[in-house]
Amino acid sequence: MSTTEAPAPPAEPEAEPLDIRKAPTRKRLVPYWLLLPGILWLLVFFAAPLVYQASTSIQTGSLEDGFKVTWHFATYLDAIAEYWPQFLRSVLYAGTATALCLLLGYPLAYLIAFKAGRWRNLVMILVIAPFFTSFLIRTLAWKTILADGGPVVGVLNSLHVLDVTSWLGLTEGQRVLATPLAVVCGLTYNFLPFMVLPLYTSLERIDPRLHEAAGDLYARPATTFRRVTFPLSMPGVVAGTLLTFIPAAGDYINAELLGSTDQKMIGNVIQSQFLRVLDYPTAAALSFILMAAILTMVTIYIRKSGTEDLV
Amino acid sequence: MEHHEQPEPLSQAELTAMRSSLTHGRLAMTRRSLLRASGIAAAATAGLGALSGCGIPPAGRTDAGRSEDHSKAEKRINFSNWTEYIDVTDDGKHRPTLEAFTKRTGIAVKYTEDINDNDEFFGKIQAQLAAGQDTGRDLIVLTDWMCARMISLGWIQKLDPANLPHAYANLSPQFRSPAWDPGRAHSYTWQGIPALIAYNKKATGGRKVDSVSQLLEDPKLKGRVGFLTEMRDSVGLTLLDMGKKPEDVTADDFDAAIARLQKGVDSKQIRRFTGNDYTTDLDKGDLAACVAWAGDVVQLQNDNPDIEFAIPKAGCMTSTDNLMVPNKARHKANAERLIDYFYEPKVAAKIAAYINYVCPVEGVREELAKIDKEAARNPLIIPDEEMAERSHSFRALSAKESKAFAQKFSDLTGA
Repeated sequence: MSTTEAPAPPAEPEAEPLDIRKAPTRKRLVPYWLLLPGILWLLVFFAAPLVYQASTSIQTGSLEDGFKVTWHFATYLDAIAEYWPQFLRSVLYAGTATALCLLLGYPLAYLIAFKAGRWRNLVMILVIAPFFTSFLIRTLAWKTILADGGPVVGVLNSLHVLDVTSWLGLTEGQRVLATPLAVVCGLTYNFLPFMVLPLYTSLERIDPRLHEAAGDLYARPATTFRRVTFPLSMPGVVAGTLLTFIPAAGDYINAELLGSTDQKMIGNVIQSQFLRVLDYPTAAALSFILMAAILTMVTIYIRKSGTEDLV
Repeated sequence: MEHHEQPEPLSQAELTAMRSSLTHGRLAMTRRSLLRASGIAAAATAGLGALSGCGIPPAGRTDAGRSEDHSKAEKRINFSNWTEYIDVTDDGKHRPTLEAFTKRTGIAVKYTEDINDNDEFFGKIQAQLAAGQDTGRDLIVLTDWMCARMISLGWIQKLDPANLPHAYANLSPQFRSPAWDPGRAHSYTWQGIPALIAYNKKATGGRKVDSVSQLLEDPKLKGRVGFLTEMRDSVGLTLLDMGKKPEDVTADDFDAAIARLQKGVDSKQIRRFTGNDYTTDLDKGDLAACVAWAGDVVQLQNDNPDIEFAIPKAGCMTSTDNLMVPNKARHKANAERLIDYFYEPKVAAKIAAYINYVCPVEGVREELAKIDKEAARNPLIIPDEEMAERSHSFRALSAKESKAFAQKFSDLTGA
């Protein structure tokens, strides 16, 4: 995320640094031609809808009388005042799911990168395999897994785990479905691969000889991990947490199918305002607030975590 | 990231040099930098312009939606319907009634199952219809309250009664003249959908569940009760249970019903508000009892003998899904021909035998009995007098009311 221009790599001094200002016109334009498809795509499918939504958020009206831009910024304040609990809940659930993904995903990525040997590709395919079915089907499957009369809930009940989680407010009575626990489980499951893949990429790049060197310097395995492996995998940790947290915060499928009325996230509100209540300005304003909130959190996070390049 | 050290204070000479650089040096304000600055300003202005240039025009109520009819030249029709809402052969490759229509008339039917949810489908075609464009569909099927909205927005074409002799003659009296489309000028019923109470005998421990009061108050059902996200069905049944008629619901009645449901949410009696996915919950017993659609119940009963239904004494809600021709459709006359075809009792019986919803066609009972005796006796498919009498429908709401009600119901469901 650094804005400073990288100097030519010193490792290859013989390579002539490319000065595009001196090149003939045709060559000079090549980078722009290469950028063109991407930029067009971005303009048509990102920038234009963004402007449209920004405009919608400051309009007033109804379907019958049409919507007109009236610079009605109060929509934003009303939206926050009305729906801050859902915002808070989204951040909380997405944050918890991200932490769980990191706890589950790090050992897995470590295993694939250093211990899997010839099974590496197979395990990687297993990590990606869930993507071969639709997001919706995978979430619906969790309704069967966590069914009230199902084996999972039966075991948790007989071990009195649900009594503890109920006391903590994570579950409700003798069930898991339609509770915060179910939603967080669903989010964790659905976004785990987004955590594992970048973690794996950055762990796999670490030279195993560094581990040997640490051992030669009398570092115990735990110290080696703390001082060598983990710091070197930070780009993967940052990329993984971002790739998990950002979509999880905006998700509404898990809360819709696995949650109840008290688990609705901000995505559910946006969906409901846009499709059912037909309050397009509020829906657009909520989207922008969510975007701004996530951007702010991500910026602070990246600055704190001190990684300059992401992967 | 980078940490900048505190700069040392500048000397007098450095300050002078800096000042002069603003006017003479590389940073001096040149024609180029001026151009650049004005470019940025122009972009900003354009941005603001783009912001205020957007908007949605008011819905048209003129005849602008009447399309040029290409039915004669193009023997085709594009028909959008809900999933699993017409007869299909066992291998899933053929739709016999539609194929018979094509054979008889030479009109090819492109049948698409792309409607999953009234609101979602509205969101999908709303922009095109608002802009007065063809949606690419000649015939669509939507639920009555959505039909009411689209007709009042002026997005639906008037049907030509001359092309609909069977439909006119055979539409059952129960559906003949809804308040939102008097005399069926714009729409014909595809199927009727009673919303009633369904329960899983095994999950209720053999108890019968037959009223909304019981759903909301029976402690044995706590945490295992479901209501539908379809506002008119959930609130309508609650209103009936309170002795109010959904046909003339007032804002106060509505608030009272919402308050009653809210109590059920707060006391954790209600587990969830569900869409179509309630069927699996009820089948597994995660929901012991819930508000359900009759067609689903008939289908569930085929696989699970524990599923029972009850029509509350206070009455049930019956909504309808209706066939309509949207503005700018290219094949209106073909669409009308297909609507009329569906109202021939023989055709209607074939569809009714397959999809198990309320058939709106008079004289279908005899035809259905030839295919499936039991279905012909099922009041959920062909309503008997008692069922018809207990059926209620929600009042057609104005756009403003509809939005206010939707907002309140949305708050109830947590979003």
